[in-house]
Amino acid sequence: MPASTPIPDPEAPVPDLQAGTETGMDSTLEATPAALAMIARLRGLHGPLMFHQSGGCCDGSSPMCYPAGEFRVGVRDVKLGELGGCPYYIGGAQYELWKHTRLTLDVVPGRGAGFSLEAPEGVRFLIRSDLCRV
Amino acid sequence: MRYARPNTPGSKVSFESRYENFIGGEWVRPVRGQYFENVTPVTGKPFCEVARSTSEDVERALDAAHGARVRWGKKPAAERAVILNKIADVMEQNLELLAVAESWDNGKPVRETLAADLPLAIDHFRYFAGCLRAEEGSLAELDENTVAYHIKEPLGVVGQIIPWNFPLLMATWKLAPALAAGNCVVLKPAEQTPASIMIWAKLVGHLLPPGVLNIVNGFGVEAGKPLAQSKRIAKVAFTGETTTGRLIMQYASENIIPVTLELGGKSPNIFFADVLDKDDDFRQKSLEGFAMFLLNQGEVCTCPSRALIDKKIYGAFLELATERTARVSPGDPMDTDTKLGAQASNDQLEKILSYIDLGKKEGAKLRLGGERVRLAGDLAGGYYVAPTIFEGKNSMRIFQEEIFGPVVSVTSFDGFDQAIEIANDSLYGLGAGVWTRDQQTAFRAGRAIQAGRVWTNCYHLYPAHAAFGGYKQSGIGRENHRMMLDHYQQVKNLLVSYDPKPMGFF
Repeated sequence: MPASTPIPDPEAPVPDLQAGTETGMDSTLEATPAALAMIARLRGLHGPLMFHQSGGCCDGSSPMCYPAGEFRVGVRDVKLGELGGCPYYIGGAQYELWKHTRLTLDVVPGRGAGFSLEAPEGVRFLIRSDLCRV
Repeated sequence: MRYARPNTPGSKVSFESRYENFIGGEWVRPVRGQYFENVTPVTGKPFCEVARSTSEDVERALDAAHGARVRWGKKPAAERAVILNKIADVMEQNLELLAVAESWDNGKPVRETLAADLPLAIDHFRYFAGCLRAEEGSLAELDENTVAYHIKEPLGVVGQIIPWNFPLLMATWKLAPALAAGNCVVLKPAEQTPASIMIWAKLVGHLLPPGVLNIVNGFGVEAGKPLAQSKRIAKVAFTGETTTGRLIMQYASENIIPVTLELGGKSPNIFFADVLDKDDDFRQKSLEGFAMFLLNQGEVCTCPSRALIDKKIYGAFLELATERTARVSPGDPMDTDTKLGAQASNDQLEKILSYIDLGKKEGAKLRLGGERVRLAGDLAGGYYVAPTIFEGKNSMRIFQEEIFGPVVSVTSFDGFDQAIEIANDSLYGLGAGVWTRDQQTAFRAGRAIQAGRVWTNCYHLYPAHAAFGGYKQSGIGRENHRMMLDHYQQVKNLLVSYDPKPMGFF
């Protein structure tokens, strides 16, 4: 630990590392009724859920839906908000490139998606994007 | 020439109505007896059922792999190499069959599977058969009585999760080095393209001792996840996207095992002003290089989906490049004249369309295409997209994210330094292209771009013995080269004293 780092206050509340960094901009994230219905269905099957926005190839640039806590959220992840009671995260570097856009979670017929929970239902979560209203 | 549709008279391929898992050299029903329908993107219609496996099936495959592990690992290199060469021979004898099967499962034009996917896969097995024969450890004489021997050993049983964009070739990139190095494999194909590899396994599976290769189909969450989490694998290899890549690293960290990852990119393709200096073959080659974003419908981790054009030639080059791109339109993947086939799945089609929509909203100028194409007849239900060219700025999301479709985002640069700055302004660093007649510029650009592969005056070549892998968030490891053997081997050091005298310590 560098000498300049202050000694932690033992009385201070423990930071919730699982929460990542809050953007405080819930309005950048929405969901269609169909996506909310699929979230409700998956919650019934798997319990509490979480989302992480993927990047990269193949099924990249798509939302991944996991049982809550399955994916270890890191200190650089950013929490975009909540959908149907489920937190939605994105990697910090990717957030910087996405923050000018407003995201809408939708669901379409599809097949396969990394380890995302909706694939066996024959559907795939999809992000639709708009520019943020300034 | 048009190949007959699979399972119709005169076709090279007859898919079975249902595929079980390939475990321990046998075709094994999934424990829970569940299957899922597999759709061809060519028509959007289902054509076979595939095992919907679960953790029980993965365990069974791991049992088979562990049963074969010791004998396969100790098999002389010469014998393992003969088997890899036989696999290549059988693939070569069945090249058309496999090419048509691959096109039907994935949607890519048979022109590409005949000329690229299958020939490359065949050569890859031969390449690693050759590497294996030349593989050796080392010894170092540390002093006159002390020798360090370094002996390479297989890891044991490894898990491999394969993407859907080149189902047979990507499986080969993973299987050939793993098997060559003496490992047994449990392989999970992508659920979008689970069938062509089963045709392949029916042809070559018997060449390997039972249990050395095991293929378990199913959904990622139900079959891929228990494989990646298993404490019975010594390594996991994955090609896909970043969130799943992180999750696989997280699982691997729980078992403290290595991973290799290939997670895609957003590859810049840089055209310096001198490409237009003469109206010659090289000018044509560079224009062809621009249009390479169409290869495999853009579903390539190294798709040159960002074109960076020197502002001195921007208008002239883009006009020529647009004209050339406009000559290509989607068609029947079974027709050898077709250069652009179907996207691999409906959700992939939807994602591409969502990005085209975003590009317009971000203010990018749509120069060509930008829409789904409805073909006639039974192709009407297939997933076809017109070649699409956007002009815009590198900060736009269509410049920063892999769309994985036939979509290129074009921008201009002013001078060498800005070209490199834009090229490197990306989370990823897998591939890049540099086009110039000046070899100093080519070399300097190639070294300055933060990417694992810089194609210089060429693009989309994937010969064995040219290392392929990512910088930055594009992944870990180098495939397609002898060095991949190191990713599938342990190093045993025997530190041996030949000195008969005591050391004199105690």
